[in-house]
Amino acid sequence: MYQIGNLVKELSDKHGHARESLMPILQAIVQKHNYLTDEAMVEVARELDISAAEVYGTASFYTFLDTQMKGKYVIRVCKTITCSMKGKGDIIQTLEEILKIKVGETTTDRQFSLIETNCIGWCHKAPAILINEMPYTELTPEKVNEIIKDYMHK
Amino acid sequence: MENKGLTKVDLIFEKIDSKKVMVKAFAMSSAEIIQSMLDSGLKGRGGAGFPTGLKWKYTAAEKNPDKYIVCNADEGEPGTFKDREILDRVSNKVHGGMAIAGKAIGAKKGFVYLRGEYRYLLPKLMIELDSFHKMIHEIGFDFSIEYRMGSGAYICGEESALFESIEGKRGEPRNKPPYPTTSGVFEKPTSINNVETLVTAMMIIHHGAQNFIQYGTKDSRGSKVFSVSGDTPTPGIFELALGMTVQQFVNEFGDGDTKAVQVGGASGFCVPRKKFAETIIGFEGVPTGGSMKLFNSSRSMYNVLHNYLDFFTEESCGQCTPCRVGCQQLLKGVEKVKKGEAKSTYLTELVKLADTMKIAAKCGLGQSVGNAFKSIVGNFKEEIIY
Repeated sequence: MYQIGNLVKELSDKHGHARESLMPILQAIVQKHNYLTDEAMVEVARELDISAAEVYGTASFYTFLDTQMKGKYVIRVCKTITCSMKGKGDIIQTLEEILKIKVGETTTDRQFSLIETNCIGWCHKAPAILINEMPYTELTPEKVNEIIKDYMHK
Repeated sequence: MENKGLTKVDLIFEKIDSKKVMVKAFAMSSAEIIQSMLDSGLKGRGGAGFPTGLKWKYTAAEKNPDKYIVCNADEGEPGTFKDREILDRVSNKVHGGMAIAGKAIGAKKGFVYLRGEYRYLLPKLMIELDSFHKMIHEIGFDFSIEYRMGSGAYICGEESALFESIEGKRGEPRNKPPYPTTSGVFEKPTSINNVETLVTAMMIIHHGAQNFIQYGTKDSRGSKVFSVSGDTPTPGIFELALGMTVQQFVNEFGDGDTKAVQVGGASGFCVPRKKFAETIIGFEGVPTGGSMKLFNSSRSMYNVLHNYLDFFTEESCGQCTPCRVGCQQLLKGVEKVKKGEAKSTYLTELVKLADTMKIAAKCGLGQSVGNAFKSIVGNFKEEIIY
């Protein structure tokens, strides 16, 4: 849980109060806090003067607008065919070992969440992952180890 | 490369003086720009292949003074990564193509809908957009562009779902008609074009339509960017003239043991080795938005099919029953056949289901699941069963 505070107000001042502002506002909250709490969605609904069900209905449609708690760093491992052929399994195994969590879980310190995702557009440099918005490509278990260690020390 | 029957082209990434092309386009009338597109025979590069000139002509003919250009940068088809590369390397040409399209149809505003997976590009794109805006305003071009982000939904690459998403809603496709040229984003006449299409359009204005039609065939004019991946020693982005056969493609990019090529991604067609020589890559054969995946004989085509069906089951928006339930049942069905829980003849029933989806699904997603399903099951039946 996080305190949404004045963020929704700031964002709606920036993006506007029309329905079309909904996605940019939700995206900005997720960029800052990694997921949407019920409180955040209710606050957005109030600010845009639409029902909270509309906000939840929209958010829950999009896989990057998480409505479940997520860690500070969301690791998305591409599972589509080329990455799957080029070693996705080893990457997942390595991540599970370092982070001591399974796919779909978040570390107890809420630093990392590990999930699988569909094609992220790096098939020529498979296997690939996204950590928040940054892509990492042509991965090996060794490279993954180094990358995650860097994030752990951030 | 010529000796293998492939013609490399340098159009999309060619370095040009953007301002010069914009000045040229600004001096042209709407009708002249549209005529250049029609003369070039350019078809949409996102995969569907609608003639760009016609799309612009229809939108230009609409009386509503509020119109939009939308650049579809929601590149989500498995195996496609060319639009990311184009935006990364030549975004000035994407923006230029949008302004030219705006001039052609009479729109003053454009949106780029960029998939969430490519958000890392945004800071750089914002800087480039800023200088682009300054440049066209100097020329006197009244046009501006705004970026809108996707949030991880393949279906938003479908044009009407993309409009819904820009409007801040769930990305669920609309019924057609009305078509976007009449009622698109914010229910205004809209021309929605793929990233590569817009760049190609700008280059057609630059070099002229005649230069473009020196490449390709009658049905597939010009060149396009291919995203090559899978079992190949040279994965990457390649710009090639259209009209080559799959065999010519495999001769260049294969690893010597290519068993099948999936042309057009998960929603495209699987071409087996025995059909390489007779199959043309283009609108007269197998169309593609650029995705070319090679599989060698070490790969199980069951795994390929299973991966695609899993993809569609997750990415179906769930709005219409044929697609929502159809994808799930195709996936469960092939699993059952593989495990021996259903007879191999059950595959015939599944093919019928895929045919039903093609007729009954609301949008291109559900309608094209059968392409991969039927071409993989049809050509690699034994791999699905055993």
